[in-house]
Amino acid sequence: MDILLQQIINGLTTGSVYAVVALGYTMVYGVIQLINFAHGEVVMIGAMVAFSIITSLAGSGMPPLAIVLAGVMAAIPACMAIGYLLERAAYRPLRHAPRLAPLITAIGMSIILQHAALLIWGRNPLAFPQIIENPSFSIGSAAISAVQITIILLSLLMMAGLSWFVYRTRFGIAIRATAENVHVASLMGINANRVIAATFVIGAGLGAVAGVMYGSYYGIAHYTMGFTLGLKAFSAAVLGGIGNIAGAMLGGLLLGLVEALGTGYIGDFSDLCRWPGASEGMGWMGERCADGAHFVVFGSNYQDVFAFLMLILVLVFRPSGLLGERVSERA
Amino acid sequence: MNVPTKTLSLAVISAVALMGCGKEEPPPPPPVQAPPPPMVIKIGSVAPLTGGIAHLGKDNENGARLAVDEANAAGVTIGGKKVKFELVSEDDQADPKVGNTVAQKLVDAKVAGIVGHLNSGTTIPASAIYNGAGIPMISGSATNPALTEQGFKGVFRVVGRDDQQGPAVANYLATNNKPKTVAVIDDATAYGEGLANEVEKTLKAAGVKVLPREKGTDKTVDWKAVLTKIKGKKPDAVFYGGMDATGGPLLKQARELKMTAVFAFGDGACTDKMAELAGAAAEGLVCSQAGIPVQASGKKFLDAYKAKFKADPILYSPFTYDAANMIIAAMKKADSPDPAKYLPALAASDHNGASGNIKFDEKGDRKDAEMTIFTLKDGKITPLAIIKGGKSLTLDEYAALSAPAPAAAPAQPAAMGGMQGMSGMAAPAPAQPAAMSGMQGMSGMAAPAAAQAPAAPAKK
Repeated sequence: MDILLQQIINGLTTGSVYAVVALGYTMVYGVIQLINFAHGEVVMIGAMVAFSIITSLAGSGMPPLAIVLAGVMAAIPACMAIGYLLERAAYRPLRHAPRLAPLITAIGMSIILQHAALLIWGRNPLAFPQIIENPSFSIGSAAISAVQITIILLSLLMMAGLSWFVYRTRFGIAIRATAENVHVASLMGINANRVIAATFVIGAGLGAVAGVMYGSYYGIAHYTMGFTLGLKAFSAAVLGGIGNIAGAMLGGLLLGLVEALGTGYIGDFSDLCRWPGASEGMGWMGERCADGAHFVVFGSNYQDVFAFLMLILVLVFRPSGLLGERVSERA
Repeated sequence: MNVPTKTLSLAVISAVALMGCGKEEPPPPPPVQAPPPPMVIKIGSVAPLTGGIAHLGKDNENGARLAVDEANAAGVTIGGKKVKFELVSEDDQADPKVGNTVAQKLVDAKVAGIVGHLNSGTTIPASAIYNGAGIPMISGSATNPALTEQGFKGVFRVVGRDDQQGPAVANYLATNNKPKTVAVIDDATAYGEGLANEVEKTLKAAGVKVLPREKGTDKTVDWKAVLTKIKGKKPDAVFYGGMDATGGPLLKQARELKMTAVFAFGDGACTDKMAELAGAAAEGLVCSQAGIPVQASGKKFLDAYKAKFKADPILYSPFTYDAANMIIAAMKKADSPDPAKYLPALAASDHNGASGNIKFDEKGDRKDAEMTIFTLKDGKITPLAIIKGGKSLTLDEYAALSAPAPAAAPAQPAAMGGMQGMSGMAAPAPAQPAAMSGMQGMSGMAAPAAAQAPAAPAKK
């Protein structure tokens, strides 16, 4: 039971990080139907900037909490600036081009950002400094650390904040109007360029926080970290219904849980020797399972397979994702 | 009027031109014998220069580059001509598919020899390409046994094999930590899985219970789910076959989950980076390298590396340095850069390099390769034992064995391998300068090893 609880805690933590990154994908997709494949790299840059600030301030005698906050506060505007530049330089000129063109520039921007980070921060995996004490709390024999609690709470807070912004403010109304129809929104006096740039900037700002979360949770930052993270978060956004803010959150948490539980239990469930009757069975199964041996069909290396299998199943039966039916109201 | 004039003038010009051609019929006088441009010999170096273990890849490339630059600075003459070595460095991204592509590229570029690749998973498929083209290759870090079991003539390695390394670290674990149950994890690469298999085999033979294998990938940083599962089965020790970029997070997360088991890693994760990535959690880690410790390699090499690259060698650069030097030395010995001609000389090498004396057996493996067991202590990997010829030696004993003992009784013949270089050093001037780069390494051998000795933990 404790193990199940621990796996749920693990899954919720990674799921929260996926969810915050997925918000960035979903915001942009909701407004201009573009998959911003460079978003994973923006998250990486956020982690890198925070890494640089935190390591350079680490010995300065400032209180550790202030240093981490300074890192986050530097990462957010840096990522926002990159988000804006991406939109301005790579996507806006192609807004009326065939849909494949911006997709390809998105991949190009992702490669450029990755290699810019390689030049600036080098090839070595960087040890993300752990300057704040990270106490673990025990629940039974399961452990949850302060960082994990912070990540889960902060991501919920950010989603609530984003929902409030999109549904309760004037600018939010403008975003939703633009999402519905760019041309009509422009006719209504909405500056569509500004709104679209804003969705990139907001997504990038959230991504910066996700980058810091990721770095402080795993203790590592590396110029390639954005790729897999981006792919997983993109899957989470699709799973929840891309374009839908609550869907991104749900998809992220679900993906995190499936990964953790899948890794934790697939091996045991598919261990043929643990199946009833296997050890007293006859023939080679009996021999194979003698003395408490194992015969595992699916090991933990199948964790990604099961996460993506779930994605495929959801898309087969609900092509617009779990919460994707309200297409007209996407943010 | 205009047109005919033009046509006419064109005709005249053509005629003059033709006549000119006719006039130059006799062959031009041979140009004055200017010093011929040096013959360029290309040596390929392949390692992952981007991606998760790019730092190790760059380290491997640096080792080979240092050797090539030193040879060029010293000046080498082969077949009566002055030659210039050129290192062609390629990035295989630790990906077997890319590895094969760059291997073909190097073959097409007509390199004369290859230093690489880094990972077993890229080296094994690429070795078939080099073998088909008749180009010799020496890997400074690929430890999977399958590499030299293919029967290829031109495939060598200057590190030990995983069927030496796996048993070494497993036996160390079994005798010193006496675990009852061990969990084994790998990163699903040819290297990680191969090494983990060897460890599992040895542990089982020693009567230790081994849990079903857990796996990640060579990019996994989230090990919490795997570790939580393992924790529920309460192993006394955990072995991981993989690289440091994934091993660091693994160790850190294990301690966060309050796992108390002993952790043991293979050579890919046996770097000081572990302490940086896992912090205090890394203390007490047991790990192995398929060669002598970097600190024990030639002082001359260590200094030159540091001076050139403004960084310390990380893991296998002494081995790639030796590999490049051996290719150069074999070319000099055979007096030809033609792979077919220098290959026999390479196979018969007896080279005193930064990583000690190197001879190849008939498969292309290094004879009597040393294995070193380390522990992570005060943020540094510290050698505990060097296993040579089935014997476990402390660093002091190893240093004593390879150092010259002028006052002592004549050293045993077994130790001579390490000493030949030393006798050469006694009279450095007459020795051919070109051969120096290989031999100077040995002079330093004793010094850093001895310097390291006090730092080594006093074994009770």
